[in-house]
Amino acid sequence: MSDVAVARDSSSAMPEASIEPFTVTLIIRRFDPEVDAEPHWQDFDVKMYATDRVLDALHQVKWEQDGTLSFRRSCAHGVCGSDAMRINGRNRLACKTLIKDLDITKPIYIEAIKGLPLEKDLIVDMEPFFESYRAIQPFLIASDKPEKERIQSVAQRAVFDDTTKCILCAACTSSCPVFWTDGQYFGPAAIVNAHRFIFDSRDEGSQVRLDILNDKEGVWRCRTTFNCTEACPRGIEVTKAISDVKAAILRGNPGLPPSDLTLTPVSA
Amino acid sequence: MSTESPSKKSTAKAVEPEYLEFEDGAVIDGVHYHRHDVVIVGAGGAGMRAAIEAGPKANTAVITKLYPTRSHTGAAQGGMAAALANVEEDNWEWHTFDTVKGGDYLVDQDAAEILAKEAIDAIYDLENMGLPFNRTPEGKIDQRRFGGHTRDHGKAPVRRACYAADRTGHMILQTLFQNCVKLGVNFFNEYYALDIVMTKVKGKDRPSAVVAYELATGEIHVFQAKSIIFATGGFGKIYKTTSNAHTLTGDGVGIIWRKGLPLEDMEFFQFHPTGLAGLGILLTEGARGEGAILRNASGERFMERYAPTIKDLAPRDIISRCMVQEVAEGRGAGPLKDYVLLDCTHLGAEVLETKLPDITEFARTYLGVDPVVEPVPVMPTAHYAMGGIPTNIKAEVLSDNDTVVPGLYAAGECACVSVHGSNRLGTNSLLDINVFGKRAGNYAVEYAKTAEFVPVPVNAASFVQGLVEELRDSNGTERIGALRKELQEQMDLNAQVFRTDESLAKVTETIHTLRGRYKNVSIQDKGRRFNTDLLEAIELGFLLDLAEVVVYSARNRQESRGGHQRDDYPTRDDAHYMKHTMAYLTGDPHSADASDHISLDWKPVVITNYQPMERKY
Repeated sequence: MSDVAVARDSSSAMPEASIEPFTVTLIIRRFDPEVDAEPHWQDFDVKMYATDRVLDALHQVKWEQDGTLSFRRSCAHGVCGSDAMRINGRNRLACKTLIKDLDITKPIYIEAIKGLPLEKDLIVDMEPFFESYRAIQPFLIASDKPEKERIQSVAQRAVFDDTTKCILCAACTSSCPVFWTDGQYFGPAAIVNAHRFIFDSRDEGSQVRLDILNDKEGVWRCRTTFNCTEACPRGIEVTKAISDVKAAILRGNPGLPPSDLTLTPVSA
Repeated sequence: MSTESPSKKSTAKAVEPEYLEFEDGAVIDGVHYHRHDVVIVGAGGAGMRAAIEAGPKANTAVITKLYPTRSHTGAAQGGMAAALANVEEDNWEWHTFDTVKGGDYLVDQDAAEILAKEAIDAIYDLENMGLPFNRTPEGKIDQRRFGGHTRDHGKAPVRRACYAADRTGHMILQTLFQNCVKLGVNFFNEYYALDIVMTKVKGKDRPSAVVAYELATGEIHVFQAKSIIFATGGFGKIYKTTSNAHTLTGDGVGIIWRKGLPLEDMEFFQFHPTGLAGLGILLTEGARGEGAILRNASGERFMERYAPTIKDLAPRDIISRCMVQEVAEGRGAGPLKDYVLLDCTHLGAEVLETKLPDITEFARTYLGVDPVVEPVPVMPTAHYAMGGIPTNIKAEVLSDNDTVVPGLYAAGECACVSVHGSNRLGTNSLLDINVFGKRAGNYAVEYAKTAEFVPVPVNAASFVQGLVEELRDSNGTERIGALRKELQEQMDLNAQVFRTDESLAKVTETIHTLRGRYKNVSIQDKGRRFNTDLLEAIELGFLLDLAEVVVYSARNRQESRGGHQRDDYPTRDDAHYMKHTMAYLTGDPHSADASDHISLDWKPVVITNYQPMERKY
């Protein structure tokens, strides 16, 4: 990223302490199947502060210039996963990308994430993505019926902590070159969510999931390009999670360490 | 369909409406018709918790405006209260008392008792479903301190909040969704519920169906159901500075309001103390639960002056008022002295990275402030509606102080049981959605087992068709974005933490003017597919309606209690106001004087064990 004048000013905490707003050009890939044969690029100039989000820029277009611009968004601070899009060629959440983090001497290019059917402007059909997610059985499989909570040590809980952070935004899956060319591939997000259960000491369904992911459209399609890890807005080490699953398949089990609890729970 | 002659048919119509006969999945005159025993509107925590109960026991459908995992339950951070006593002595009776006192005694105590008692199983349910709670060294669910939750009726803070780092809501939302996937729950994603159909049966209005707009296609769907559960969340977008998502526009609450059904305690809106200054993004109270301290410009821990016993862990209404007061009296920090500071620096990098990782990142990302080394600028942010659709403890919706609307249920933030009274305690909302979401699901199934479908009138979709067509064809000069901005700014200025009759009168006038301008809006997107322009216009209609009820109810309550602070009536007045507000839409909302179309009534508070006392911490 080039270091623009505004970015250096960002040490100031408050938005109102930022310097005057400046003009940013957005170039957005538009597509409305009701009227367009093909997608096309359209420019918009917006007035932004350095600390504004790309989502704020999109809202300014929609609310003040062109109400037809369509995109998904909800929480606006990076936890709901609605607004993954391609910003300057990189998958990011529009609500987590600040203007000051981009090179605003050049226009900002915004388009829908790739690999999923384009519906309108920045909106894609998420159904194939959720289909892969559902296929890996993303829920705890456990036969016991404890009276209280199941016991799990701090260390056992830590093994799968990283993959519990997933918000299903599809930034990783739609950044994966294998997924672009082979829509049948489960994709990184589904594997991340399988990981979350495979390495959970309370779960009994690991074998089922490892078998599913040992399929020809499973983990072996991963070419470790690390696009997914770079794309994840939650900082999940996606490629590492995929490698963990590969290793578990080769081993034939998750290889979880035995419980490290030395104390007997009082109420157990 | 009738084969009678047109003249006879119209005569018959005058006395008896015509009903529609259809198969599930039918399309008649372009409208889709569906039939399910239970229809749940909303797929946040409450809706999905209800679906987990109802799904396996009855033919259930969930209509949701967003993909379920986008719901704002996922933004909740700090924890969910339950007196598990995993780390220190605790019991549900203490939790009940704290909830009642936290709500400034406007809580219905029978409901609070259920909340606190059923909390324990609600937590075990979630853990058993797979929720990855943080653990104690013994491998049990860990618990942390939170505002207003105390040991033995206020003696000291107690560790009652079960948590998963500062992403407890995210984990709850994911876990509930995972279990919905497991159970094969039938979701209708990105379907906006816009109306509930009431059919006259033996002279009484009975809910027969929900009408929804399909975002992808612009088509209208009618969902007939025996039981209908509203779990549509809050309406924080009536304010500018808010922790709420853009989509929290109170559609469900607005639908109920427009049917002439009452809304309870709408004047009570919670302002969470620690929103990122200028942005409103939430920083969990769990930070203070872990030991963070609020300071003014001079570095003073000012809460010691206001709440000497529990200091920074006083309930949210109190802390928010103190913060605003500090700033008003010139002790604010920053170049404009317009915020206070949340100091986490003494917690150390490890606590921040492991127990509060998300808020640490929010401060870094959005303000460029690293909480490990410097205090974070914060100010109150509109967070939670204590009021909403009145229900009883079975989550059944009420049409007056005690009459149940058969087959209609509400749970979560859209509902008012009332377990939160005039101020909700932190961690009690994640609890509320689980306890009353589960109850709603179960009671809805129980009702659907014996009830008959209420017939759907032939014109069931006509209101929504009219609403959509009128807005889509609009060619006025006003922009939705501009009207909404003015509403939100005026609500922040006049109906926020401190209110007066004068400020409330001012914003009442604003709302009336905006309602007039709203008639002259222009929707630019005339298409059918993913028309979010149109939906934002519809949402603004709900926001205007709800803002007016909030303000009208607030003007009428001439006292200060919990989240409702009147500068012109600064003390609590139990003699006149120890009762719930019940507001009804009774006339044309466009009439200039709100009293021409809103009427207010009172509903007694249920008191079991705790007589109102002075609220000190």
